[in-house]
Amino acid sequence: MLKTFSLGGVHPAENKISAGKKIEVLPTPAQVSVPISQHIGAPSTPVVKKGDSVKVGQLIAKSSGFVSANIHSPVSGTVFKIDNVLDASGYKRPAIIIKVDGDDEWDESIDRSPELKKDIDLSPEEIIKKVGEAGIVGLGGATFPSHVKLSVPPGKKCDVLILNGVECEPYLTSDHQLMMEKGEEIMVGAKILMKALKVDKCIIGIENNKPDAIEHMNKLAQEYEGITVQPLKVQYPQGGEKQLIDACIGRQVPSGKLPIEVGAVVQNVGTTFAVYEAVQKNKPLFERVVTVTGKSVKSPGNFLARVGTPINDLIEAAGGLPEDTGKIIGGGPMMGKALVSTDVPVTKGSSGVLIMPDEMAHRKQAQPCIRCSKCVSVCPMGLSPYLLMTLSEKGIWDRTEEEQVMDCIECGSCSFTCPSNRPLLDYIRLGKGTVGQIIRSRNK
Amino acid sequence: MSTLIISPSPHVHSGDSVKKNMYGVIIALLPALAASLWVFGLGALVVTVTAVAASVLFEYLIEKYLLKVPSTISDGSAVITGLLLAFNLPSNLPVWIIIIGALVAIGIGKMSFGGLGNNPFNPALVGRVFLLISFPVQMTSWPKPMANVGTYLDATTGATPLSIIKEGLKNGEKLTDLLKEIPSFADMFLGKMGGSAGEVAAIALLIGLVYMLVRKIITWHIPFAVLGTIAVFTGLLNLSNPEEYAGPVFHLLTGGAMLGAIFMATDYVTSPMTPKGQIIFGVGIGVITVLIRVFGAYPEGMSFAILIMNAFVPLIDRYVKPKRFGEKVK
Ligand code: SF4
Ligand code: SF4
Repeated sequence: MLKTFSLGGVHPAENKISAGKKIEVLPTPAQVSVPISQHIGAPSTPVVKKGDSVKVGQLIAKSSGFVSANIHSPVSGTVFKIDNVLDASGYKRPAIIIKVDGDDEWDESIDRSPELKKDIDLSPEEIIKKVGEAGIVGLGGATFPSHVKLSVPPGKKCDVLILNGVECEPYLTSDHQLMMEKGEEIMVGAKILMKALKVDKCIIGIENNKPDAIEHMNKLAQEYEGITVQPLKVQYPQGGEKQLIDACIGRQVPSGKLPIEVGAVVQNVGTTFAVYEAVQKNKPLFERVVTVTGKSVKSPGNFLARVGTPINDLIEAAGGLPEDTGKIIGGGPMMGKALVSTDVPVTKGSSGVLIMPDEMAHRKQAQPCIRCSKCVSVCPMGLSPYLLMTLSEKGIWDRTEEEQVMDCIECGSCSFTCPSNRPLLDYIRLGKGTVGQIIRSRNK
Repeated sequence: MSTLIISPSPHVHSGDSVKKNMYGVIIALLPALAASLWVFGLGALVVTVTAVAASVLFEYLIEKYLLKVPSTISDGSAVITGLLLAFNLPSNLPVWIIIIGALVAIGIGKMSFGGLGNNPFNPALVGRVFLLISFPVQMTSWPKPMANVGTYLDATTGATPLSIIKEGLKNGEKLTDLLKEIPSFADMFLGKMGGSAGEVAAIALLIGLVYMLVRKIITWHIPFAVLGTIAVFTGLLNLSNPEEYAGPVFHLLTGGAMLGAIFMATDYVTSPMTPKGQIIFGVGIGVITVLIRVFGAYPEGMSFAILIMNAFVPLIDRYVKPKRFGEKVK
């Protein structure tokens, strides 16, 4: 039997309509808005000002702390202004707006040759530094700065690197396609990460609905010592770090702890490719593969887009916004965010743009809980969603905390499953937010 | 395109609904309904139609005129209550008593607590136990199986296997002799014995169980815990003294064991939320049922056992937590 994680999980309709579509390079837009907060942690500090001319790959905002990330210009052109723009979460946040000139002039230090570079010259410390400089964050959507994950805290030991090639979100195919087209680079990237972490084992977890990727990566892995491919049963949310570790090596990260507690570090395959480019080609992270998809989209596909590109450009490239559009989601349908406008820019964390027809975009009327216990049985963290919802609704925060609301990974399996269409996760998020504040103020 | 819809994730839903689950249960009850018509004929038909119609009607009337809330009769739960109530009644029960039973089940058992999802006790059992206490004679006269297919009120009656054994033992008869008076296990399995309309045919109820398990309407925990406990407990008693205590097969096939374990104890609303809690709940029902059957005053104890354990559900849910992720030590 195929491996998977041990608790809960659901199997939403996969709808991978853009699978197998070759990565298309999206033309550079006329103007980009590059948010200075594209990652978890402190917003970066702009190092350019209005009127500065910039090249592709030039640093435009620098990391403002350990948990923060550098940001590089995705285009060549002139800084138009630094202003608040709508981001994926619907808030207006500062962004560096650059008017693009026609030349697409890259920083000279970037190696633009397509040749695969296998030999890793840098030392572990240099690798981590390079990853930090290149502004690499988790590209699976979590956007946690990668150099932080690679810096194993004193006293802890990492013995395995796990690559996340699961792509468990329905519809999304960017990681899948990347593995098919840049598999070799991902292998070298894995080797680089293994060197940085000083481990000799790397497991690439890929769900069974991508047999071509499993086969391809498996074949490539023969040439790279220590790297193996682990086929996994299709089960959402297998891409969650804790679930993936459990699925691949059967270790469960305890409540409130990080993967390093059980000796594992997880990186997404897209991130691994970015690490390859940064370390071997000196290319910082300023573009990524984004899936543009949806039932009514004319030509769904996978596009290589520069950060800061308005998603409107992506939608146009995929055949334009369908008539019946009701909702546009940044990311996948389970964890993605509904976007307020098509002007929202692509960021490092944008894995997909999902366009939902109006008829699919509405929630059904919630009904009373019939205590069917299905939410409990699908929760991958072993929580009681129905109870967390009730407690959060009533504001009984001490019991909300006692019921381990902070362990919720916001995967949405509970709301997805509930036959009464109850907005379980909405309330659980509220509870998580409030309890989180209570805990922080208590620890002050 | 007008304005974009903004709502938090998840943006998709399984498509599961209350209706789907409820109608699934109704489908699962159909084999038992067919069996009851086969064994008890006209009487079973009258009892079932009356109980279902009355339950749905009372829910409709109470919601419309008393509570003044939108009607929920289409969700199927009132039909289930009606079916389960009917299945727990003798097939020669007068219509007016059935109507009282439905009124108590829906009015007191369900609506007085706020409707589906809020009732602590299984509504059909509330109705049934009310009738048992109020109309003990009518509620314990059982039409003979197969012999009354064309009759209703004037059906010829006889004792159920459980009461034959209970009374016989009380009168000092030997178990081995008593077992000869009751139908064979094969007949019991098919439902050819005295009892409530829908409880007799183990085979039909088991088909319903398989259906519900396959459709993932319920999980195995409660039915297996109940039936397993009854089997083990009566098995031990039987081993300790075969002259006095009937064995597990007898206890599993008679009375409301199957109906209770498969359809009554598994009621979503009135059973615990975690697998562990459900097993505790099921074991409790099994133990109490056997205690009542073997040592208590009534020949059958399934209804009481379920109602008693219903009362413990809030306590079980308060203290029995699901298995949390990360508890497993590596
Ligand atoms: S969103 Fe949270 S509570 Fe709901 S299933 Fe996922 S982890 Fe469990
Ligand atoms: S899935 Fe919905 S109806 Fe079922 S127990 Fe959870 S909240 Fe209640």
